[in-house]
Amino acid sequence: MEHSSTVRVSYLGKVYEFEGRLRAEKVLQKLNLNPEEVLVIQGNRLVPPDELVEGEIEIRPVISGG
Amino acid sequence: MKCRMCHGRAVIKLPAHNLNLCENCFVTFLQRRVRRTIGSLRLLSPGEKVLVAVSGGKDSLSLWDLLLELGYQAEGLYIDLGIGEYSQKSEEKAVSFAQRKGARLHIQRVKDYFGGLAIPEIARRAKRTSCSVCGLVKRYLMNQSGRCFDVIATGHNLDDEVSFLLGNLLNWQTDALARQAPSLPDRESLRRKVKPLVLCSEREMAAYALIRGIDYILDECPYSQGSTSLLYKSALNRLEQESPGTKLRFYQGFLKSRLAFVAKEEPELQPCENCGYLTTTQICSFCRLQQRVLERV
Repeated sequence: MEHSSTVRVSYLGKVYEFEGRLRAEKVLQKLNLNPEEVLVIQGNRLVPPDELVEGEIEIRPVISGG
Repeated sequence: MKCRMCHGRAVIKLPAHNLNLCENCFVTFLQRRVRRTIGSLRLLSPGEKVLVAVSGGKDSLSLWDLLLELGYQAEGLYIDLGIGEYSQKSEEKAVSFAQRKGARLHIQRVKDYFGGLAIPEIARRAKRTSCSVCGLVKRYLMNQSGRCFDVIATGHNLDDEVSFLLGNLLNWQTDALARQAPSLPDRESLRRKVKPLVLCSEREMAAYALIRGIDYILDECPYSQGSTSLLYKSALNRLEQESPGTKLRFYQGFLKSRLAFVAKEEPELQPCENCGYLTTTQICSFCRLQQRVLERV
């Protein structure tokens, strides 16, 4: 039986779902995000841009105003 | 992706420094960077008593953590602005960080100075924006709380500084350019203010907080939405993405040439007739705001 994986991304209160495993940097490209402005996090761990991710990840904005 | 320092698995890419680092080496890198910034810009001297202005956000809590790790005698100051749930959550983060580190936290409440009113109501009554009132009140209370300290440290990072610089240049605000510095000197009752994170990017500070397990407030101040500083930060990060190191070059270039903007004569300051705070007018802007708002309570 084939195992199908997905990546569920939470970002600014919304959830995005992508089929298959993806590199973290590819997820940012798909969401048109600048890597300088976010961190990719899984659990409490920082995910490097070249890591293949699956399951749930959080994209956390790092830019604050004021 | 391998760590440049220990050859282990890297977790963060820092294109501006042409470095990939693992968690431990990144923490070492950032601590070293802040220590060098403090030394090269002569921000702090060993043994000085530092008051860190903390908002509950990643930058100020990380700054407090860094100063404690670097061996400074650093206490925190949290200013309760009274902005609903945002202020409540921010205070909880500051209090729990202080407890975890066994460090002393001082708390000032804006309401205690304005007849029970918080920033949004003060701004409405004074017919000013919340951000301008907030800045004025925070500066005053920071200075007042800093009386028993040698220096006040704030968590302004590289992104804050370059967005402010871009705004000042776009509008040719030469007086603001003259005042923009990583260290503002003592002037009688005004405490020295320093910004040890000016060479650390906002992303680096968020990564530091995450790796160090610092629980900070993720919510934004509701009044910061749509601010021009966010627009400038976004434009600068677009440039940074295309040409890594742009923000650092922009800021370090400014530090080299900022003296060109500094006025030869500083404005004369005198003690406020009401509270003694140094001001260019008879009554300082904080006391004038207080009078104006309290008249209408």
